[in-house]
Amino acid sequence: MLFAEITYALTGIGLFALGLRGALLRRSLLGRIIAINVCGAGVFMLFVAIAYRGPGQAPDALPHALVLTGIVVAVSATALALALGRRLRDSDHE
Amino acid sequence: MMAVQLWQLLDLLLAGLTLGLGWAAVSGPDLRRSVVFFIAFGLLVAVVWARLRAPDLALAEAAIGAGLSGALLLSALRDEPDAETSDDVRGGPVAALVSLAGLALAAAFAWVMIHTLGAADPVRLADQITAQLPNSGVGNPVTAVLLNFRAYDTLLELAVLLAAVLGILALGPARTPYRAAGPLLDGLIRWLVPLLILTAGYLLWAGAHAPGGAFQAGAMLAAAAVMLRLGGHTIAGLPRPPMQRILLTAGIAAFVLVGVITTGLGLAFLQYPGGWSGGLILLIEAAATLAIATTLALAYIGGRPAGWVSEGSADTTTKIGGRD
Repeated sequence: MLFAEITYALTGIGLFALGLRGALLRRSLLGRIIAINVCGAGVFMLFVAIAYRGPGQAPDALPHALVLTGIVVAVSATALALALGRRLRDSDHE
Repeated sequence: MMAVQLWQLLDLLLAGLTLGLGWAAVSGPDLRRSVVFFIAFGLLVAVVWARLRAPDLALAEAAIGAGLSGALLLSALRDEPDAETSDDVRGGPVAALVSLAGLALAAAFAWVMIHTLGAADPVRLADQITAQLPNSGVGNPVTAVLLNFRAYDTLLELAVLLAAVLGILALGPARTPYRAAGPLLDGLIRWLVPLLILTAGYLLWAGAHAPGGAFQAGAMLAAAAVMLRLGGHTIAGLPRPPMQRILLTAGIAAFVLVGVITTGLGLAFLQYPGGWSGGLILLIEAAATLAIATTLALAYIGGRPAGWVSEGSADTTTKIGGRD
């Protein structure tokens, strides 16, 4: 096991827990969306840490491809969540 | 030996900073600060990807994770009336319990991870990817996985993007546009937008053999759209709605067309005929770039731009909204 692999994998797990805690404890929708994004970044970091194979070695491309699609899906899900939130607020005000 | 230890110190510093910024983005009471911390967090995560030898991800994260998400959150913050509420994070015994549960979960995950990673040499697909790379038509292994080995997944991902943007379009009209930019910002936009389009074209072309590809190129085009929108262009430089519909579905259309043709030739769905892989991948990626850029631009606008629906159906939407 590599030092960097372990360090960033643990960081990823930490970010996942932090994001989950935030998503449960925040009151506003915007705050929760940010927390879910931090949570997702933690999962991505775990994947990329496991793909890392040390200096001078080509990393595993499969997790990279998965995370790349994940980043794009995450931003579109964020946009959809924000649009839903806006619609919710509009219907509250009516 | 010294150099290795210095690297380890940098790794610890980067990991600590990432966790700290993540904490600040999630736990601060003020939403405005949370958004700003989140953007900084995204940039730092891009640095982590670069450190872990994932330049494709670093490019995408900087453009999408930090840039576009940040722009989206900032524009959402604009219509948040209580952005400065100081009690956004719950406290008390519930918070303590949730924090404890989170810590326990993280500890359990860490235990499982250390034991599975350390137990045996894990089975990796990397060797197969390296072995098959010369047959894939491209030299960048990430592009090979996305557009050749696992092309089916990428097709379905484009379908997910289309579903998300259809949801956004169905939810209501676009956000109110920004006012026209002053001469300084306008001049900057005139310089930056062509540069961004040029960079997008380069990333699309370079993605075959170097970091880059459809996602990064699409994000660059979307960044140009965000710039235009911030400068007061109501529809962010997008073409008219009928053309928007074509662009939104271009990626899926190119994928399905290639898939149907390969099936017609007696090959498997999306199994590129020998020698054609490189050209077909570039064709699909070009279409996907336009689709991703249009999707992200419409997501930033946050709803239907003017001209998407006729007056009749707009009335129906208001009625449904009024019934709530």
